[in-house]
Amino acid sequence: MHIIDRRLNPRGKSLVNRQRFLRRARDSVRGAVRDSLTSRKIREVESEGEVSIKTGGINEPTFRRDSHSGNRDHVLPGNRVFRTGDRIKRPPGGSGGGGDEAGTGDGEDEFRFVLSREEFLDLFLEDLELPDLAKRRLTGSDSFDIRRAGYTTSGSPSSLSVPRTMRNAMSRRLALRRPTTAEIEELEKDIARLEAKTRPTEKDRATLDALRERLVVLNRRRTLISYIDPIDLRYRRFEQERRPISQAVIFCLMDVSGSMNEHMKELAKIFFILLYLFVTRCYRHVEIVFIRHTDSAQEVDEETFFYSTETGGTRVSSALEEMLAVVKDRYSPLDWNIYLAQASDGDNFTRDNPQTTALMRDEILPIVQYAAYLEVSNPPSSGVTGEERATNLWQAYAEIGGSGGKFAMRRVHSRKDIYPVFRDLFSRRSATARAS
Amino acid sequence: MNAPASTLLYSGSDWNFDTLQRIYDACETIAIGELDLNVYPNRIEVITSEQMLDAYASTGMPIFYKHWSFGKQFLANDLLYRKGLRGLAYELVINSDPCISYVMEENSATMQTLVIAHAAFGHNHFFKNNYVFRQWTDAEGILDYLEFARHYIARCEERHGQAEVERVLDSAHALMQQGIHRYPRAAPLNLNAERRREEERRAYEESNYNALWRTLPNKKPTHRESRDMRQKSLGLPQENLLYFLEKSAPRLRGWQREILRIVRLIAQYFYPQRQTKVMNEGCAVWVHYNILKRLHETGQITEGAFLEFLHSHSNVLYQPTYDSGHYSGHNPYALGFGIMEDIERICRDPSDEDRRWFAEFAGCGDPLNVLKDAWANYRDESFIAQFLSPHLIRKWRLFKLDDREKDDEVEVAAIHDEQGYQEIRRTLARHHDVAGIDPDIQIVDVDFDSDRKLMLEHNVRDRVLLQREEARQVLQHLADLWGYQVILTEVDAADRKTLNSYAIDPRPGIFY
Repeated sequence: MHIIDRRLNPRGKSLVNRQRFLRRARDSVRGAVRDSLTSRKIREVESEGEVSIKTGGINEPTFRRDSHSGNRDHVLPGNRVFRTGDRIKRPPGGSGGGGDEAGTGDGEDEFRFVLSREEFLDLFLEDLELPDLAKRRLTGSDSFDIRRAGYTTSGSPSSLSVPRTMRNAMSRRLALRRPTTAEIEELEKDIARLEAKTRPTEKDRATLDALRERLVVLNRRRTLISYIDPIDLRYRRFEQERRPISQAVIFCLMDVSGSMNEHMKELAKIFFILLYLFVTRCYRHVEIVFIRHTDSAQEVDEETFFYSTETGGTRVSSALEEMLAVVKDRYSPLDWNIYLAQASDGDNFTRDNPQTTALMRDEILPIVQYAAYLEVSNPPSSGVTGEERATNLWQAYAEIGGSGGKFAMRRVHSRKDIYPVFRDLFSRRSATARAS
Repeated sequence: MNAPASTLLYSGSDWNFDTLQRIYDACETIAIGELDLNVYPNRIEVITSEQMLDAYASTGMPIFYKHWSFGKQFLANDLLYRKGLRGLAYELVINSDPCISYVMEENSATMQTLVIAHAAFGHNHFFKNNYVFRQWTDAEGILDYLEFARHYIARCEERHGQAEVERVLDSAHALMQQGIHRYPRAAPLNLNAERRREEERRAYEESNYNALWRTLPNKKPTHRESRDMRQKSLGLPQENLLYFLEKSAPRLRGWQREILRIVRLIAQYFYPQRQTKVMNEGCAVWVHYNILKRLHETGQITEGAFLEFLHSHSNVLYQPTYDSGHYSGHNPYALGFGIMEDIERICRDPSDEDRRWFAEFAGCGDPLNVLKDAWANYRDESFIAQFLSPHLIRKWRLFKLDDREKDDEVEVAAIHDEQGYQEIRRTLARHHDVAGIDPDIQIVDVDFDSDRKLMLEHNVRDRVLLQREEARQVLQHLADLWGYQVILTEVDAADRKTLNSYAIDPRPGIFY
C-alpha cells in the first residue's frame, strides 16, 4: 500500500475548464454581471460575487423521459395511513409525489455560480468598452513603488554598489595588511640597487638575501589577500512599497428628484463605481460619502441613495453646502484627498445657479483633487440627433470648465460614454507620476 | 473499560502519515484476515478540499480531457460548497488497479479510518469481484487510457482548433448515454473461424446442388428483403448510437471518429457504476461498519472515536419518508446496507416467513458467504428482486403508487402486506434497472438508396415520451454528426402505434 501526499500538487486543475465555460457563456455572463450591479454595493464591486445566468447556451441536452406524460408507478417509504386501493389526489407538480423521477423534471432554467474578483471586474469593464490600458490599471492588484532600502550582500550585478564595495575592500586590505604596490616597488628598487653593486660586501649580501626573502613573503601575501573579495560586495537593496500611503474620500452627490429615472440612476452608479475603483488603486484607505439632494440635501447610506425617491424641487447648492459641512466635520483637507462626483439630470432652480457656481469655484475646487460632473440623460431617441438643449446646471458649470483642470464635466446617454470622463484623470495622474 | 493505550491506533482527531499507515494495517488485518475480502492493491492519496472539487468536476477521475461542461460542473459544486449547502464527500475511489482512494486532509483520524475501510476495502472488493465490472471495465488500463484520451484531444485541439473539437465533444456528450453496449455480444469471429465457416457453407451448397434451381427466373429482392440485407450489413438495429456513428457515419473524419470512440468508451466504463450504485455503496458501508465494529471490540479505537463514527455512519444511512419534506428518492446507502444487514439476520436468526422466502440460505449461519456471492453475481435490479424481504418492506413501510395519465388521482396499488410484497419488490427492482430507466432508442434503418436518412425508433414504455425540447436538441447533434436528415419515431412498445416523431436536418457549417 502506498500513501501519496497530493496536497502540494499544482492547484487550479479546473482553471482551464472554468475559463472555457466562461468564454462559452460570455454574453450571458456579461449580462448577468450588469444585472448584478444593481444589487451590489459600490464597495462590493471588488469582491467575488455570485451571478446567475439562463441556461440557454450552456445546457447539456440528453434524451430524457418526459416527466408529465405516460403512466408510471412509484415505490415510497413511510406509509402510515394508506391501504391497497386508496385513491389520492395527485399532488400538484404532476409527478405523483416525487418518486424516482424526482430531480429529473424539466431542469432548472437558472444556473448560479461564483465569479472570482478578477473575472467579475474583467467582465464589468469589458462591458463598458474601456481601453485596454485603463482596464489594466483598474484590474491590476495593488500598485507598488520601488524604494531604495540600504544595502545587501547579494543581488544582481546591475545593482552592485561600487563605492560601497570598494570601501569594504579597502578596509579589509588595510586590516589584513595587504602589501601595497608602492611597498613592493620600493623593495624591488632596493634589491635592484644592491644587485647592481659590482663588489657587494658580506653585509650587502646578507641584506639582499633578507630583502629577497621579504619580497617573496610580500608577494605571497598579496596573492593570498585579494584586492576585492566576494565578501566585500555590496548591492543596493530595493523594497516594494505601496504608494501613496494616504487616504481619500469620495463624495457622491446625486439629484434624486422625480425626474431621475432608473436608467439615469444606473449610469450614475456605474460612474461612481468606476471612480471608486480608480481611487482605491491610488490610496490605501478610501471612504465614500453619499449625499442626495432635492431642494434640500442630506447624507444617507448607499441603499437609500440609490433606491429611494424623493419629491421636491432641485437646489444643487444645498448638496454642495452639505458636502462642505461634512468635510469640515470629518474630512480635513489636510489629511484627506477629496474627490467629488456629482450626477444629475441637469435641472436646477435658475436662481440657485449663481450660488452653486460660487460654491463650486471658490469653496470646493480649492480643496478637492478632482471634481467630476456627470449629466445623465435618456438614450437619444432615434429621430432627434441635433444639438442638445444645454441644461440649467450645465450652463452654470460651463463657466468653471477651464479652471485648473480639476473639473471635468460630461454628458452621458449610455454606459460606454462614461469612461471618457476619466480620461483626463488618468492622463493627469501619469503626468504627475512622471514628474515625481 | 478503556483499552490499554498501547493497542490504540490513535487518540484525538489528529493524524499523520504514520497514523494512516497504522490504521490501514489494522483495517487490512480485519478485511483480509477475518472478512477474507479480495481486493486490488491500494493507493491512498491525501488531497485538499479544492482538489476534491477539481476531482468532482472531472467525474472523479484524476486525468481527464478539457471541456467547458466540466468547468460548469466545477462552478456549480463550488457554489454549493461555499454556501455550505453541501459538504464534500469524505472520499472518492477509482475503479483501477491499483485502486486509488482520495482522502481529504480535513478528515479527523476516525473519519480516515472510516474512509479507508469504506473505500480501500469495501468499494475495492466490489470493483474486483462484481461480474458487471469484470465484464465491462478494464481496471488495469483505465488510467492509461484516460491519459491517452487527454493527449489525443489536446493534440486535436492544436491541429484542428479548439472550437472544432469542442463541437464534436458537445455532440458526443449529448449522445453519451446512448453510447453504451448494454448487452455483451458474441465475440467477433477471427479470420480462421470465418474461413472455416465459409468452406463449410460452400461444401454444403455443393452437396445440395441442383441444376433445376438455375432455371428459375431471377427476381429482384423485395423491399423487405433488401431492408433485411442492409440491416444485417450495418449491424442494425443498433442501440449504441455513438458506436454506429463512429463506424458508419459517412462524412466524419478520422479524428472525429476517434473522439466519439473516446467518449463512448468512457461512458461504457461508467456504466457498471450506474447499474450497481445500491450494491456498491451497500457493500462499502457493510464492510466499513464491520471493520470499525471489530476495531472497537479489540480496543484499537476509543469509545469517543466509535461514537464519532456511529454519528457519521447513521447520517449516511438517513432515509427520509415520502412525506417528510426532504424525500428525494431512495438513499442507495440505506437501501443497500439495509438489505445486506437483513441477509445477515436471515442467515443467523430466520423467522418462518424468511424460511419460506429464502429457503436456499435462511439459517445457514454463514452470512459472509451469502453476501460475497451476492456482491459477485448480482446488480441492483437482480439484487433487490432477489433479496428484498417482507421484513424490510414492513420495516420501511414501503408502498406502491400507480399514476395513470388519464386519471386525476393516483392509486395505492400495494402496501406492506401479504398481497403487496411481490409487487413492491418487483417494482422497486425495475426502478433500479438502468436499461429500464434510460429511454430505449435504436437506429433501425438507413435509407441508402436516396438521401441517406437515418431512421431511429424510441420504444415507448408506459406511454412515457421523450422530453420534447431536449430530444430535439440531441437529435440536432445527431444530425450534425450524421450529416443528413435524422428521423426519430416514438413507437408504443405494446401496440406498435406511432405516438410522435421528429425529423431534423443537419445545420450546415457545423461539421461539413
